[in-house]
Amino acid sequence: MPNNEIAKMKRVYLDHAATTPLDVRVKNAMEPFWREDFGNAGGLYEEGRLAKNFLSQFRETIAKLIGARADEIIFTSGGTESDNLAIFGVAAAIAPRSSTLGVESPKTPSVFPRGAHIITTKFEHHAVLEPCQQLVKEGFDVTFLDVGEYGLINSEDVRKALRPETILVSIMYANNEIGTIQPIAEIGKIIKEFRELKRKSYPLFHTDACQAAGYLDLTVNNLGVDLMTINGSKIYGPKGIGFLYKRAGVKIKPQIIGGGQEMRMRSGTEPMALIAGLAMALEIVQAEKESESNRLAPLRDYFIEQLMNKIPKVVLNGHPAKRLPNNVNISILDIEGEALVLYLDAKGISFSTGSACTSESLEPSHVILALGKPYEFAHASMRFTMGRGTVKENLDYVLGELPNAVEWLRKVSPLNLELGAKTMSHPEAFAGENLRVKARSKSYK
Amino acid sequence: MKDIDVINQYTGEKWYYSNIVKEHFFNPRNLLWERPENENEYDAHGMVGSPACGDMMEMWLKVDKATERVKDLKWKTFGCASAIAATSMFSVMVTENGGLPIDGALKVRPQDVMLRLGGLPNRKIHCSVLADKAFQKTANDYFRRCGKFDKIIVEGARVVDARLNITDKDIEEAVLEGAQNLEDVQKKLKVGIGSPEIITEVEQLIRFYKDKYYG
Repeated sequence: MPNNEIAKMKRVYLDHAATTPLDVRVKNAMEPFWREDFGNAGGLYEEGRLAKNFLSQFRETIAKLIGARADEIIFTSGGTESDNLAIFGVAAAIAPRSSTLGVESPKTPSVFPRGAHIITTKFEHHAVLEPCQQLVKEGFDVTFLDVGEYGLINSEDVRKALRPETILVSIMYANNEIGTIQPIAEIGKIIKEFRELKRKSYPLFHTDACQAAGYLDLTVNNLGVDLMTINGSKIYGPKGIGFLYKRAGVKIKPQIIGGGQEMRMRSGTEPMALIAGLAMALEIVQAEKESESNRLAPLRDYFIEQLMNKIPKVVLNGHPAKRLPNNVNISILDIEGEALVLYLDAKGISFSTGSACTSESLEPSHVILALGKPYEFAHASMRFTMGRGTVKENLDYVLGELPNAVEWLRKVSPLNLELGAKTMSHPEAFAGENLRVKARSKSYK
Repeated sequence: MKDIDVINQYTGEKWYYSNIVKEHFFNPRNLLWERPENENEYDAHGMVGSPACGDMMEMWLKVDKATERVKDLKWKTFGCASAIAATSMFSVMVTENGGLPIDGALKVRPQDVMLRLGGLPNRKIHCSVLADKAFQKTANDYFRRCGKFDKIIVEGARVVDARLNITDKDIEEAVLEGAQNLEDVQKKLKVGIGSPEIITEVEQLIRFYKDKYYG
């Protein structure tokens, strides 16, 4: 359903995978908790009891939506914290560390004293990749699975990577850049079989479902996950709130300690307004996921088809069908992403790019590189993610402006690459006489 | 319209595109529209960068033979808005007021271009350096074509840390990427770790390049 507030804006916002505007129904649900019902759920008096009741109610709402029990929901500050809690929490629970910084405590024996193993993928969100890389530094063995040319994990690759000492598998539900949907339920089954065969409770299975929450089924038993990350900011909810689903019995070590809130798994006074908003937001997107998917998927396909028709030398990144209904990611050869973003920004269009120029690290998108595409494709990758406010007219406006912008930037550019050329790809191949630029991306080659 | 678009609240780094940068990005000067059919239409040609790095610049130069002044400088750039604006501004600076003598044009420093652009974010200084390098390469082509081989500028890299084979160019690049001091440079290059005798020289180079590009 189109949101009037978005429709009123003149700009065409196509970056819903980055964040979404607050749904007005969510805003209303949050309203009482700023001033009227401001109590701390830890208080014994009236205000505290009231907050505690609301808290249980929201926890119950969320639990039901994902087919879980209320005590399996741990509220956090968002997706990044939930991912960190899942990965560091599991790692610390089996190979105890004396602090979150990861100094191993010599006093506590571990079930996996050395060589604990984790499986993840090359194109995870940095909130998963960085903790995994940190664990590598601390002596964990981590397998980063290839994602194939379409950005889809082969569940058989997961089966092959499993070892007796594997403690955790973390694979995102839908990729944040290219929207590809991973076979989570299939992988869940494989992990379950492996555990039954080995008569062990490990490995645990975590999925980051932040991008999927608005469009896909989140029932944890269907997916076979033990841990699941979801946040508010991608589902028309408030920013700064999320949760980690943790199956009952799964052991993790809390990463934020103090007052012992959230069943001791995450201390800190519960932000009632944000939690109210998150519950309402998840309820709405889950209720509307089919109708919204049915509305957006044809728009996505129309947009992709038109882009391909109107602009020469464009490739689609990711799988044409097995992707979120709101995600379009293309590489437009011969131009650099940041320049196109700025050019269209001036025309009132917002979208994002995987170009190195916009990243803090000066590295181009690790997701596009993980697909096996050359650096040139990563610098030229553009992500358009639609949302509730997006209608066909918006896309037609973009389709009117984008080809001109590309044509102009191609005139400015000295490049004329060929789609299938094999000569591209290494940043070491710097043509400058005296200027040597080394490979900027070392981690994901 | 305000000049600064975004300031990083932690580092204080300004992420802005001045109105001049925007103007040159949207209306670049001296852009080469069509590649010359005849190779000799221009007196020199040069190119630096690679598409894999995300930056590439190509320049075409015409020289007034009598005065050795820049008569025309055309270019094409693959890169971000700053790279496009920097090349555009560079081309204006060497061709305006009857054109600079080649020797003078070679003295236009990246920070002079940045100053004229109203500034660039630190992380974008690379972009203006590329314009400078592209011109140097084009000028070398000119000197080569007219037989003035003594004028060709060859910037050979000199090894500073023999153990790690790190050159002064590596340090220059680290400074361009934002390294401010020895610690920053060592984070990137590990230079001098295990060879304390070269630290003083490394520090001198850092000061030199900081002064060159940011001074």
